[in-house]
Amino acid sequence: MSFLLNITPWPVLSALLWLVLLVAALYFARPTAHKLIRAAAFSLHKTFRTASLSVGKAETALARRNREVLLAAGREAKERIVEREFDRINETVRKDLANYSTLHRSLSESIDRIERDHQEAVEVPPDPPGWVKAVEAVAKIDARDGRDGVGSILADIHKSLVKAHKQAMDAYREASGKRHELLRRMRPDWRAIQHNLNRVGKSVDSLLGRSVTIDRHMQEYEDIVKGEDRAVSILSSSSLVYFFISLFVLCVAIGGATINFSLIARPMAEMVGGTSMIGAFRTADIAALVIIMVEISMGLFLMESLRITRLFPVIGALPDKTRIRMIWITFSILFLLASVEAGLAYMREVLLHDELATSALLRGDASGGMPNQYMWITTAAQMGMGFILPFALTFVAIPLETFVHSLRTVLGLVAIGLLRVLALVLRLVGSISRYLGVLVTQVYDLPLFIPLWWAARDRSSTSGGSRLWGAES
Amino acid sequence: MLVDTSGTYREEIEKAEQIIRYALTRLHEKDSFAVARIDTGSFSEKDIVAKVTFDDRPSMMNRQKRLFAEQVDQFVEKSKSSPYTDITGGLLQAVEFLNEKGDAVKTVLIFSDLKEDLEPGFIRDIDFDLDGFDVVALNVTKLRSDNVDPREYLDRLQAWQTKVEKSGGHWRVINDLDGLEGLL
Repeated sequence: MSFLLNITPWPVLSALLWLVLLVAALYFARPTAHKLIRAAAFSLHKTFRTASLSVGKAETALARRNREVLLAAGREAKERIVEREFDRINETVRKDLANYSTLHRSLSESIDRIERDHQEAVEVPPDPPGWVKAVEAVAKIDARDGRDGVGSILADIHKSLVKAHKQAMDAYREASGKRHELLRRMRPDWRAIQHNLNRVGKSVDSLLGRSVTIDRHMQEYEDIVKGEDRAVSILSSSSLVYFFISLFVLCVAIGGATINFSLIARPMAEMVGGTSMIGAFRTADIAALVIIMVEISMGLFLMESLRITRLFPVIGALPDKTRIRMIWITFSILFLLASVEAGLAYMREVLLHDELATSALLRGDASGGMPNQYMWITTAAQMGMGFILPFALTFVAIPLETFVHSLRTVLGLVAIGLLRVLALVLRLVGSISRYLGVLVTQVYDLPLFIPLWWAARDRSSTSGGSRLWGAES
Repeated sequence: MLVDTSGTYREEIEKAEQIIRYALTRLHEKDSFAVARIDTGSFSEKDIVAKVTFDDRPSMMNRQKRLFAEQVDQFVEKSKSSPYTDITGGLLQAVEFLNEKGDAVKTVLIFSDLKEDLEPGFIRDIDFDLDGFDVVALNVTKLRSDNVDPREYLDRLQAWQTKVEKSGGHWRVINDLDGLEGLL
């Protein structure tokens, strides 16, 4: 540095000289430097913009693909729901309307009986009273023979009338009694008809309810098939909800599996030894983990065989006979493993007591080794947990299936978000590099303000002189 | 663990039993443990009171611990005082035992006043190889002569420390038997 300041005897003069030289060099290199800066800024801007566009396209493609997957998943789910609804309708129809012929016959018989009874219960018009003939006879006598013997005749008529009235009343009472008897016999038939009709009504109501549900699902299904945005939005939000719920349930299940592990890891050492290692892990721990994993696998297969989950299409597509056989096999294995776990849990308690007794003996504590009379409660609880937890873990298959299905959507959404942010960042960097180029050219011109001012002045005076010269000429 | 049974130190043997029981609670599967007496000539298998290598099954290990405790109990009841004290022979015996077992962590516990008193004719001027060994002197009591001249006691401790460390071992002294937490 000192060399640079020593080109003249006066350092200040040397510095000034260097400054003038530098400014002159910068001034003469200005057009080229400006071009270079602009070209560099432009190429950076283009590069980042192209990268941003590429990322944007990738994001669009991923969003489209995600949408397709979401719609396909939604379509499949809706198909399953509609299929189940139809199954239920089928079940209702099979259960209630399969007996329709019996029901119809029962109703017809009841109606026939009622009709027959009704026919029999029709009121019979009473016989014309006997006194009509007597009155006619009296009338004839009265016209032919005068009024002789009318008194006795009237007395006979009165007698006849009383007798006829009595007979009519008896007949009426008998007929009414019969009619009431018939009506009484009709009552169970009416009730049977009412009961049957109520049953049919319930079935029809159920079918109507199901048909409304199916209509709703079909409407949603149509929306999904058409690929409407509303359907995509609903499916997307549902996926997120399912994802977090299933994640939560899986975390709970992992907690259960951990408890299960701690129940059986210790007594496992009694079977495979406490010090043998596989890699960096104890064989006893690995064996306990394997038992739990096998239980979870059996649970998955059981759920698949029951067609509750559909993680393995091969199992779902098995013939019913094979599938039912598989249900029994997986359940038996699960039951055996649960029994083994209960045994191991018991062993754990026994070992714990043994260890406590040994420690007490070594400490010289006479009372420490005494068995606690309530210890059976913890033993029973441990055995119960050892037996129940494998079955409880079976149900992990349901949240696992939901988790796997919703994970695809969630990962897609996260990737879309990341790509969108990346595209934005690249675009921003491209714009920044463009304006940075402008800024750098301005900064370049900053130390050249004197020659630039001079050149501008010179240019204006030259153009002014020309104008004057032009005016004069 | 080497237990000194010579002279008046025999009276301390019940403390040794406590330490052995404590050590048993601290030991795990596949660990090896032996108790040997220090008497007139300690470099002998006959001086090993009890020895065990624990099984890796917890139930079996507990059984072994109880059996070991019983053996030690019998030893404590029946042991007799010896006229001479061969600590070096016992240490050699312990080193041999632990090297044979090939454990990663090797600890020799010496329950003694560290006052060696060899029978005439016994040669114990031997170099040790205590590389990787942890040697812990327990309950190093002061003798009557130490009370007269404490330098004797300090010199004795220093001599053993030098001997162990020169052979590549690590030396510790624990006289407070209530502070055995860091023993094993």
